[in-house]
Amino acid sequence: MLLLDVENLNVDLATTKGPARAVRNLNIQLKKGETLGIVGESGCGKSMTALALMGLLPDNGTATGAIRLGGDNLLEKSEADMCRIRGNRIAMIFQEPMTSLNPVHTVGRQIMEPLRLHRGMDKKSAMEEAIRLLDRVGIPNPAERVRNYPHQLSGGQRQRVMIALALSCAPDILIADEPTTALDVTIQDQILDLIQTLVEEEGMSLVLISHDLGVIAENTQKVVVMYGGTVVESGETDNIFDELTHPYTQGLFAAMPKVGMGRNKRLTTIPGTVPDLINLPKGCTFTDRCPLATDKCRDTVPDIQEMAGTHRVACHHMQNAITARETGGLYK
Amino acid sequence: MSKTVLKVTDLVRHYPLPKESLFGDQRYVYALNGVSFEIKEGSSFGIVGESGCGKSTLARNVMALEETDAGSVQILGNEVVGKSFAELRPLRQHFQMVFQDPYGSLDPHHTVGRIVAEPLTAVDDLGKSEREARVSEVLSSVGLKPTDAEKYPHEFSGGQRQRIAIARALITRPALIVADEPVSALDVSVQAQVLNLLRDLQDEFGVTYMFISHDLAVVEYLCDEMAVMYLGSVVEKGRTEDIYSNPAHPYTRILLDAVPNPASGKKRNRIRLEGGVTGQTERRQGCSFQDRCPMAQDKCRAEAPVLKTVGDDHIAACHFSDKVNELGAG
Repeated sequence: MLLLDVENLNVDLATTKGPARAVRNLNIQLKKGETLGIVGESGCGKSMTALALMGLLPDNGTATGAIRLGGDNLLEKSEADMCRIRGNRIAMIFQEPMTSLNPVHTVGRQIMEPLRLHRGMDKKSAMEEAIRLLDRVGIPNPAERVRNYPHQLSGGQRQRVMIALALSCAPDILIADEPTTALDVTIQDQILDLIQTLVEEEGMSLVLISHDLGVIAENTQKVVVMYGGTVVESGETDNIFDELTHPYTQGLFAAMPKVGMGRNKRLTTIPGTVPDLINLPKGCTFTDRCPLATDKCRDTVPDIQEMAGTHRVACHHMQNAITARETGGLYK
Repeated sequence: MSKTVLKVTDLVRHYPLPKESLFGDQRYVYALNGVSFEIKEGSSFGIVGESGCGKSTLARNVMALEETDAGSVQILGNEVVGKSFAELRPLRQHFQMVFQDPYGSLDPHHTVGRIVAEPLTAVDDLGKSEREARVSEVLSSVGLKPTDAEKYPHEFSGGQRQRIAIARALITRPALIVADEPVSALDVSVQAQVLNLLRDLQDEFGVTYMFISHDLAVVEYLCDEMAVMYLGSVVEKGRTEDIYSNPAHPYTRILLDAVPNPASGKKRNRIRLEGGVTGQTERRQGCSFQDRCPMAQDKCRAEAPVLKTVGDDHIAACHFSDKVNELGAG
């Protein structure tokens, strides 16, 4: 059964220079217990997608389309209804654990807040539950730590508190927006492992957002690659990395330094920078940086084409892209 | 034998903590506990480690940006430790720095031309036209247009700003550039452009890099030699390829294992590190890594290991460095 069904989601941000089209025609389906990765660079719309799912878009943002959570369209809900859903059925972990925790309240008080609001617990049982949650996310001495303020914890521990907060009401969907970007590799490893274990044990669905292809490859079942507000490629994580096809995805993968690559090879670069969301090309958003681009790409939006299994790619020049992949890469 | 550009010997830096009571003992953060290494001309030296291991303190001390407690830093044979501000000023043209955050490190009120030309004030008697020529020359060598000198930093993207920061470091034609996480704030596709630029500049001008990063893939790509730091000490040092193929300290091995691998397939079988970096404020017996080490023995708790040779130009501080390869195998 589909838990989350995002259909033709569009997010526009009103700016003084005109509307910035942060997300365009996004379709995502997520079953219960599934994990989905959204990967892309800054400005590709991945964080705006997360905020739209949470109903937390900035004041200048408008979302159209449909976000169905178990059949209810979240975009049609009132703010009061969203308050009952947010934190309760969908919860989110943000990137910067220092700025997303309130510095003047103890972590215990912050974890107790959703418990008292959504689950109607009294103070005493909420405190006990907060201690249990801190223990669950691997914080040593939870009964003492519950009285700590965020500044008394390390970065990794703060992120664990954020996870405890997100878990507090046993949500159906957990959205993690770059949960480990501010952390060291060793701590990143611990946090991702914790998220994985909890998702499995609690039967939650996970939407993991990251710019790091490695993090996505190791922690999700399905992956969606976004560029300039649209999905350019999607598929099962297990297969897609051997068959990256869209010119952007190929370039992104080739541009990443990888351990074991050695020093003799040169890193491939994608020329140019990410597009301006206010003046997007009419057709494919990757046109200006794509080595295969033709006039057709500039003028018409490419259709999504099906490849093996659930692998989908949006490109006008699929055959050329596949040939280039098999003959040593698009970018010279 | 090429000459040595940077020679760091037994560098020590302890930051005093505020006293907890009037007659209490003075406590310290032991940020650097005797670090030594050398960088040869035209090569790149990488420094890796988790946050809190002293990487950035090392950069600040090498750049003579703060007082050093003990030890010596020689740049092109000139001692920089203990020199006054005025004595250092003429030397500074030989060593320059690129910072992590390309948004915080460029003054938003100044034009790019003024930002880039600023280090030249330490190099006396340059006329206005010569200065402008140097600015446009250095801007083109980092891939920007000479006309960009009239713009302000906010008109540039993150990658372009980092190019400006690199241009500012290059303008005095330094022998050494210290780069503290220069690409960690950039997107993957832009990061590749900046890394390639750093390499090209090295080929062209023969600059030497001291490159600080937490990203092991980036260090492997850019650096000839490297050192791994833990709690203010070097725990392993050697040629990059030797360390990556044959790590001789468990910490190095675990760091390498922790890098996520962008490929299809199941999760790798690996050892995870428990806890975080702690213990910067205490002096303790034995190895600094003992609490988190999966192979710690009684000997590690009693006796601190010293750096010893484990291969050609390859040293590591571990009592059991010959057993590191067996880690995670069973």
